[in-house]
Amino acid sequence: MDGSAPARREVVIPGDLLNGHGLKPGSGTFNEGGRIYAARVGIVAEREGFVSVIPLSGRYVPRPGDVIIGKITDLGPSHWLVDINSPYPAPLNAKETPWMVEFGDTDRYLRVGEVILAEVVSVDEAMRVQLSMADRQFGRLTGGQILGVSPAKVPRLIGRDGSMVALIREFTNVRMFVGQNGRIWIDGDPEGVHHAAVVIRMIDESGPAPGLTDAVRAYLEAAYGRRATTPAERDDDGRH
Amino acid sequence: MEDIEHIPKELKLIDEKGIRLDGRRFNELRPIKIEAGVLKKADGSAYMEWGNNKVLAAVYGPREAHPRHLQNPAKALVQCRYNMAPFSVTDRKRPGPDRRSVEISKVISEAFASVVFVEQFPRTSVDIYIEVLQADAGTRCAGLTAASVALADAGIPMRDLVASCASGKIGGVVALDLNKDEDNFGEADCPMAIVPRSGEIVLLQMDGHLTADEFDQAMDLSINAAKQIYELQRDALRRRYASVAEAAEQEAMREPAPSEAPREMPPDLPPEVDDL
Amino acid sequence: MTAEVISELLREHINRLIASGKRADGRGFDDPRPLTVQKNYIKNAEGSARVQLGNTDVLVGVKIDVGEPYPDTPNQGVLSTSVELVPLASPNFEAGPPSPTAIEIARVVDRGIRESKTVNTQKLCITPKEKVWIMFIDIHALDYDGNLFDAASYGALAALSCAKVPASKIGKEDYPLPLEHWPISVTAAKIGGRIVVDPNLDEERIADARITVTTDENGDIRAMQKGLKGSFSLDEVRAAIRTSQKVGKGLRGIIQRA
Repeated sequence: MDGSAPARREVVIPGDLLNGHGLKPGSGTFNEGGRIYAARVGIVAEREGFVSVIPLSGRYVPRPGDVIIGKITDLGPSHWLVDINSPYPAPLNAKETPWMVEFGDTDRYLRVGEVILAEVVSVDEAMRVQLSMADRQFGRLTGGQILGVSPAKVPRLIGRDGSMVALIREFTNVRMFVGQNGRIWIDGDPEGVHHAAVVIRMIDESGPAPGLTDAVRAYLEAAYGRRATTPAERDDDGRH
Repeated sequence: MEDIEHIPKELKLIDEKGIRLDGRRFNELRPIKIEAGVLKKADGSAYMEWGNNKVLAAVYGPREAHPRHLQNPAKALVQCRYNMAPFSVTDRKRPGPDRRSVEISKVISEAFASVVFVEQFPRTSVDIYIEVLQADAGTRCAGLTAASVALADAGIPMRDLVASCASGKIGGVVALDLNKDEDNFGEADCPMAIVPRSGEIVLLQMDGHLTADEFDQAMDLSINAAKQIYELQRDALRRRYASVAEAAEQEAMREPAPSEAPREMPPDLPPEVDDL
Repeated sequence: MTAEVISELLREHINRLIASGKRADGRGFDDPRPLTVQKNYIKNAEGSARVQLGNTDVLVGVKIDVGEPYPDTPNQGVLSTSVELVPLASPNFEAGPPSPTAIEIARVVDRGIRESKTVNTQKLCITPKEKVWIMFIDIHALDYDGNLFDAASYGALAALSCAKVPASKIGKEDYPLPLEHWPISVTAAKIGGRIVVDPNLDEERIADARITVTTDENGDIRAMQKGLKGSFSLDEVRAAIRTSQKVGKGLRGIIQRA
C-alpha cells in the first residue's frame, strides 16, 4: 500500500449543513433559507459547481442511459414488465427489441422469470420508466449467477474508467456485466467465480474509508499468487 | 393511568430530594442504546434499547404502493405500522392491532410526512414497521426515534431526523421520560416529537392534568432531551457506515488461499449471451 | 405472503450446483446453517429466546399466567402457540390476520411440543376444574431467510428451557418449567431430486417438496410434516428421519448449552 493515506471521509446525516459557499445544491442535498443541507446519509462531493451527497444506501433510482439487469415479471400482448430493483416496474415494449414480435406473441421471446441486460431509455417526471433491449450489446442472460450490491456501491465496483472491473477480470477471468441497479451477472470457472464473488462482497460492504482498491488488489494477488498488471491508480472513492 | 386517589400511600414516585424510584432525577433520561442496520431483508433498520424498552424498526421502500387506489400520483405515501409483540407486556397481549396501536401508527406516520421528501417518489409507499419487543412506557417515542434512524439507513431523503421524547408529572413534579410505574401512577404524560434543526413539533399528545405552566416545563425538558437523543441517532448512523468498511476488508483478508489442486469445471459449459 | 417471481437464472444456478453436489452458500447437503441462541432475551416474559439460523432471525416469548382450564380437559394446563410473520421481517410478509403459512408453522411447532409432552400439560394443573397454568408461546419473525419451521421450533424450545412458572402469583415460589423432552425439528427441501437440509430462502423458493421431521433425544419421532406440491418416496422419507436424528443431536446440544 502506498504511504499517503488520505483522511477518512466523514459521513453526513440528513439535516447536516454542508459547506456550499458558491456551490449549487446537487443530488442528495436540499436548499433551505439559502443554505445547502444533506438529505441522505452519504459522503460529500464537490464537482462542477455543485455540492452533492453520494449516498451510502438506498434503492436504485433509474436514470436515462443506465445499463440494468432486469427480471421479467409479467407480460402483455406487446410488452413485458421488468423488475429492475427499483420502486418502479419498468415496461419493455416489443418494439424495443431486436426481434419482430407479433402481437400476442411476447412470451415466445421472453418468458416470466427470464433475466435481461437492457438500458433505461427515458424516465419522466412521474417516474415512468421506458427500457430498451434493441442495441446489440444487450439481450437475454443465461447461465452464470446474479449477485446483488447496494446500487450506491456500483460506481466503486466499476472503478474509474472501469479499472476495478478490469482488475477483477484480469485475475478471475470471469465474464461480468454490472447493472447500475445493483445487479451483477458473473460466469466463469468455479475458482474465478468464487474470488470475484468475495471481491464483490468486499466492495458492497465497504464504507467511505479509502484503501478499497488496495485491499481488493491485495486479496486477488494473495489468492492467485501473482502480482497485478492492471495499472495501479490513486484510490478512487467512487466519486462520480 | 391511575387516578390520584388510588395511588398507594407508601408509593412515592419522587422523594423530597428529587430522586425517583429508579434513582433518576426529574430531568434525567433512562439509558439509551441505538444500532443502525441490524436486519438483512429490510431496506433500512434500527434497534433501540431505551430503559427497559426494546424496540425494532424497519423500513421498506420506496416501493410500489399497494393497494393501487391508495397511490398518490404526485408523492410517496409514508405509512407506519406500530405493533407490540404479545410477550412485550406483563399481561400477554393478543396478536394483531388494537385501537391503541392503530392510533399510534397514525400519529407516527403523520410525524414523518412533512420530513420525508415525498415528491421525489410519486406513486410509491415508504413503509415503516415498528415492533415493540419489550415495553416499559414511552414505546411510541422509542419507536419513532428508531424509525427515524431506519429511514436514514434506508436512504430515504429527509430534511432532518426526527427525535422523540415524553415528559409528564409525578408526585406533583414535572419530570422527564416516565417509566411504566410512573406513567401508571403519575398525573400526566406528554409524548412529543421534534425536527431538531428547525424546532418544528411533528407529534404531540397529552393525557392527564397539567397547568399551562407545567406544560411549558414539560416541553422544556423534552426538547432538551431530544437534542441528546438526536446526537445518539446520528452517532448510530455514523458508526454503521464507518465500521462496515473495516469489517469487510478484515473478512476478505481471512479467506483461505485456494488449494493447488486443479478445480473441476462444471459439467456443462455456460452458453453465450444469446439472441443478438 | 405475496408470491415473488423467481428468476430462471437463479433456479438454474442452484439446480446446476446441486446436481454437482454443491450448494450456493458452500454448505454440504446435510449441513444446517450456524445456529445462535440467546436465552432470557425479554424480561417481561416468563421465558424467551432469540434464535438465528443463518440469516433467519426469530424471537420467541413464553407467557405463563393463571387461568381457567378448557371444559373438556379440566385437569390440564392450556398450551397455545402462535406465529406472527410481521411485515418487518420480509418484503413478502403483509400485515393482517395469520396467513395459512403462519398457521401451519404454529401448528407444527405446537405439535412437536405438545404431543411429545415436552411440556406435560397435566403437570400444569393448580386446582382441578378451576385453576390451571395457561402458557402462550408467541413466535415473532424478525428477519426471514428461509426455514422458519426449524428456527421457530428451536426458538420455542430454547424459550421453554429457560422459562419460570410464576408460582408467586398463587402464593408459592417461582420454579423452572420442567421439560420432559428435547424435540428438535430438522427440515429438508427436495431440489432436482436431491435433498438438502435447512434450506435458505432461495432454496426454499425453488424447492419441489419440503419435509420436517422432529426427533427427540432418543431418536424417536415426535412430529412430521410434508409441505409444498412435490412428493417424496418412502426411502427419501426414511433418509430424512435418519438425517433428523443425526443433525438434531448437534443442534440439541447447542440449545441445551446456550
